Parts: sequence; structure tokens; C-alpha cells
Amino acid sequence: MVVREVLDADAADRVFGALADPTRRDIVSRVLDRPASVTALAERYAMSFAAVQRHVAVLERAGLVTKEAHGRERLVRGDVARLRAASQVLDRYEQVWRHRVRRMDEMLTEPQPPPATAPPGPAPRRRSPSHPRPQSQPHQEDTP
Amino acid sequence: MTVVSTQQDTERLTLTIVAELAAAPERVWDLWADPRQLERWWGPPTWPATFVEHDLVPGGRSHYVMTGPDGEQAHGWWEVLEVDPPRGLRFRDGFADETGAPNPELPTTTGRVELVGSADGTRMTVTTEFGTAEHMEQLAAMGMVEGMTSAMGQMDGLLVPA
Repeated sequence: MVVREVLDADAADRVFGALADPTRRDIVSRVLDRPASVTALAERYAMSFAAVQRHVAVLERAGLVTKEAHGRERLVRGDVARLRAASQVLDRYEQVWRHRVRRMDEMLTEPQPPPATAPPGPAPRRRSPSHPRPQSQPHQEDTP
Repeated sequence: MTVVSTQQDTERLTLTIVAELAAAPERVWDLWADPRQLERWWGPPTWPATFVEHDLVPGGRSHYVMTGPDGEQAHGWWEVLEVDPPRGLRFRDGFADETGAPNPELPTTTGRVELVGSADGTRMTVTTEFGTAEHMEQLAAMGMVEGMTSAMGQMDGLLVPA
């Protein structure tokens, strides 16, 4: 499946599950800016070192952060590519809406039919997808 | 380009698209409220939609069918949560069986539509909320169907649940 190229379903669950927690979101945004040790991170939150460590472990399993040795410390670093992969899932959906908006726009800018004078009732059924009937409008193309 | 901006929130699992449309809110509202107009833009030309039921009142239901190039059909439903013509609506959108009954095993989204009059006509904001990451993943796969026809063959299994 095409989406799997971006992020397989299990990975997506781990990524979005990891991001579902506000503390973990905060940790990710901090370490994207600047890598930090778990000790330094723990100082920022009103929770135990162990609790922060567990949050970091969840993020690490989701691939959103990596830990790397830095002197005697291990620094937590955000993985930009992984976050981008999460965003690509939404890219696909965004395309759907961009296409919809384009079609709405085409409908709003097409030549208006003469105002209906008939009382409300069943309207003539239009075929879908619509192929605009030729009108006295130059340069109109009905490109598939 | 009529799309003014889009915003993806991968933390809150929402997608927001803002578009500027060259018509008054009342006219844009018709694109949502009139099933004959709605079906001209809801599905792509390769998977046109037909709304067999459509009732924009609170608690109202819609049932639509999207038909693929080989005649395969995918059914969907809406449940209208809030409606305020011509200013906006909120609805759930999901997959249905042939009778229009919701398929509980496939994901749903909640859409919020806001129409605000502007100098050019209407500023339309559509926010799609995904329930869970898994739902988003599944729907993104189905979004491929709508957005990119080349992937069509691979998506049949998703669109038409066995």
C-alpha cells in the first residue's frame, strides 16, 4: 500500500500515540530546537525523573527522538524526518480538499444559468462528473 | 489560487483548509446544502458522488455513493451535528453499507465548515478532525483514491470493505 512507504500503520500508531500526550509534545518541540539530556528535561516538568524518562522512551520507540552519547551524558535529539513523515499522511488528505475546493470554485465561476422562475420541485438531474455544456464562452476546455 | 492556507496539526490530528471563494456565503452554502450541487464537487471526476439522501438539519443524515471507473461503489454517510445556514455546519462523515447504514469498523472524521462574508465573496474554513492516528492513516490511504487516480487499483480493498 502506498501509504506504507511513508509510515506503516504500526509506526503511525506509535508516532501519533506518542504525540497524543502534551508533555511528550513539549519534549519533542524542545529537543527539535536543541538536544537536551533527560536530566535537563526532567528539571522542566513537575514530575519525577523516572516519569520523564518513560516519556522519552515512548518518543524513542516512535522514532521521534534519538539518544546519543555526548561526553558522560546522553542527549535526546528530535528526529525531523520522522515528524515530517507524520505530516505526509496529512498531505494526502490535504490534496483531497484542495481538489474539492478547486471544483467548488469552478462551479461558482461558471456561467450562471438564467434565474429559475419555476416553483421549488425536482431539479433536472445533472450528470456527475459534470461536463459543462458548450457555452458561448471562448477558450473553455474540459480537460479530464 | 483560491486556497488561502492549509494547516496540518499532526499533534491534534486536524487538517484545516482556508479558501477564498468568489460568491456570497448564501451561494456557497448552496454548494453544501443542495445535494445536486454537493455531488458535483464532493467526489473527484473519477469517483463521482451521488447523494441519495441529504438533510442538513441537526441530527439529519446523508447517504452518498461514490462510483469508481470500473463501476465499483463506495458508500458514505454524514450525520449533521450542527447547522447554521449560511454560516456553517458540523458533521460526521463515515463509510456505510449499501443501505447507508454506518460501518462501525471504518473510521469517521468530523468536519467543521465556516463561511464568512469577505470582500471577494466568502472565506470558507473547513477543519477535519480525525478520531485517532489509525483513523487518520486509513483515511489518508483513502484520500489517495480521491486525490491520485493512479493508486486506484490498490485501494479497492479499503474502499469496499469485504
